[in-house]
Amino acid sequence: MIEVKGLVKHYGSKRAVDGVSFTVNRGDILGFLGPNGAGKSTTMKMITGFLRPNAGTALVNGHDVTRDPVAVKKQLGYLPESAPAYGEMTVEEFLGFIAETRDFRARDARDAQVERALGLTQLAPVRRQTIETLSKGYKQRVGFAQALLHNPPVLILDEPTDGLDPNQKNEVRALIKNLAAEKAVVLSTHILEEVEAICTRVIIISQGKVVVDETPAQFRARQPGARLDAIFRSLTTSDA
Amino acid sequence: MSQITPVFKREFLGYFRSPVAYVFLVVFLMASVGLAFFIGGFFRTNLASLESFFVFHPWLFLFLIPAAGMRLWSEEKRTGTVELLFTLPITTLEAVLAKFFAAWAFLTVAILLSFPMVITVGYLGDPDWGVIASSYLGSILMAGSYLGVCSLTSALTRNQVISFVLSVLACLVLLFLGWSVFNSVLHSVFPVWLVDLLANFSFATHFNAFTKGIIDPKDVVFFLSLTGFTLFLNVVALER
Ligand SMILES: Nc1ncnc2c1ncn2[C@@H]1O[C@H](COP(=O)(O)OP(=O)(O)OP(=O)(O)O)[C@@H](O)[C@H]1O
Ligand SMILES: [Mg+2]
Repeated sequence: MIEVKGLVKHYGSKRAVDGVSFTVNRGDILGFLGPNGAGKSTTMKMITGFLRPNAGTALVNGHDVTRDPVAVKKQLGYLPESAPAYGEMTVEEFLGFIAETRDFRARDARDAQVERALGLTQLAPVRRQTIETLSKGYKQRVGFAQALLHNPPVLILDEPTDGLDPNQKNEVRALIKNLAAEKAVVLSTHILEEVEAICTRVIIISQGKVVVDETPAQFRARQPGARLDAIFRSLTTSDA
Repeated sequence: MSQITPVFKREFLGYFRSPVAYVFLVVFLMASVGLAFFIGGFFRTNLASLESFFVFHPWLFLFLIPAAGMRLWSEEKRTGTVELLFTLPITTLEAVLAKFFAAWAFLTVAILLSFPMVITVGYLGDPDWGVIASSYLGSILMAGSYLGVCSLTSALTRNQVISFVLSVLACLVLLFLGWSVFNSVLHSVFPVWLVDLLANFSFATHFNAFTKGIIDPKDVVFFLSLTGFTLFLNVVALER
C-alpha cells in the first residue's frame, strides 16, 4: 500500500533523509523509531506530499506522490507532529471543515463523519470548545480525529500518543490496532513499549538512514534479555 | 476547483470568529470616513459627491490592506496549519485562490459598509450615481491588487511583522509610481518614456479614472492582471 523508494531530503548541506526505502502492506502497523533529528518527521512529510523530495518518491495505493499528490492525499489520513489545527474554530467546526474538504459536502454526510470521528476519539464533551482553549492531550486527539475522519486506507501518524495521559495512550493504541486490519499504518514514536504493544514491524532510522527493518520479535531477539532501550541505544549510537 | 468552496468558507467565516475582524472594520470605516470629512472637506465642498471619500483610498489601503493580508500565509506557517492544509486533497492554486477570494470578499464588505455615506449624499443632494458605482468598482478592484501583493509577501515569511513591512513597501512602490511629485524626481534621472511606462504600473493612475466615472477596460485589465500575476507568484513561492 505504501512503497517508499529512496527518499532524500537536504536542508542546505545537511542530508536530513538519506535514501530511505521501505514498503508497508495492508494490515501492517509500522513503528518508525529513531533518535531526535533522525529524519522521521521529514520522511513522513515527504510521503504525505507536504515536502517535495530531492530524490526518490513514495507510492500510496499505486499513486506517485511526486506526480499526483492530490490522489495520494485522498488516500491518506495524516497527523502531523504537534497536531496543528485552526485554533479559533471549535472542535466541531474544524472537523466539519475537514469533512468538507474530504468531499463530504452534503450536511448529513458531513455531520455523520464528524460524529464518527468525535466518537472514536472521545471528543464529544469538548465539541463546542475552541481548539486553542483545549489542553495539549485534547488538541492531540483533535489531530487524530481529523486524520481518521474519512476512514482512509492509509494512516501516517507522527507521534500519535505524544501528550496523552496513560489511559488515553492505551485507548489510542487499541483504536489503532482495531483500525489496522484493513489499513496500512505508519506511526512514529519514542516509546519502545508502544512498538512492542501494537506494531507488526519496526524501522529504526538514524541520521537519515534506515538501520533496522524487522519484526518486533526479531528486534527483541537481537539481545535476548536486554531492555529495549539498551538495544535501541546500541543501534543508534554506534555509528554516530 | 471544487475544493475552493470549503476553504473559502472557512477563511471567510474565520474573519468573524476573531475580534480582529471587527476591529479592522471599525478602523477601516473610521479612517476612510474621517479622512473624507476632515481632510477631504466632504461637507465644505458643498457637492453631492463621494470624490473626497474615494480619493484617499489608495493611501488608506496602503496600510489597511497589508494589515488584513499579512496573516494570510504567515499565520499558517507559524502555527503549522499549512502542513494540515497542504496534506488535504487540495492543490496549491486552489488554496491560494480560496484564501485570496475570502480576504477579498471581507475587504469588499469593509468597503461597502461605507454605504451610509452614499445615503447621505443621496439625501442631501443629487449625486451622479454612475460615478459612485464606478468608484466603488475601482476601489474593490484596487483592493484586490493590493491584496494580491500582500498575499504574496505573506507567503514569503512566517513572521507577520516582516510580512506587513514588506507588503507596505511593495504597495508603496506601486502607488508612488503614479504620484506626480515622485515622477518629477524620476524624470530628472530617467528618460521620459521610461517614467511614463512606470507610471502605467501605478495604482493611483488607474484608480483615478474610476473616481471620475470612467470605466476603462484598460484599467480593469490592469488591476485584474496585476492580481493574477501576484497570485501566480504566490503559488510559485509556496511550491518552492
Ligand atoms: N525546515 C528545516 N530547515 C532546516 N533543517 C530542518 C528543517 N526541518 C528539519 N530539519 C532538520 O532535519 C533533521 C531531521 O528532522 P526531523 O524533524 O525529520 O527529525 P525527527 O526524526 O522527526 O526528530 P524528532 O524525534 O525530534 O521528532 C533534523 O536535523 C532537523 O534539524
Ligand atoms: Mg519528528
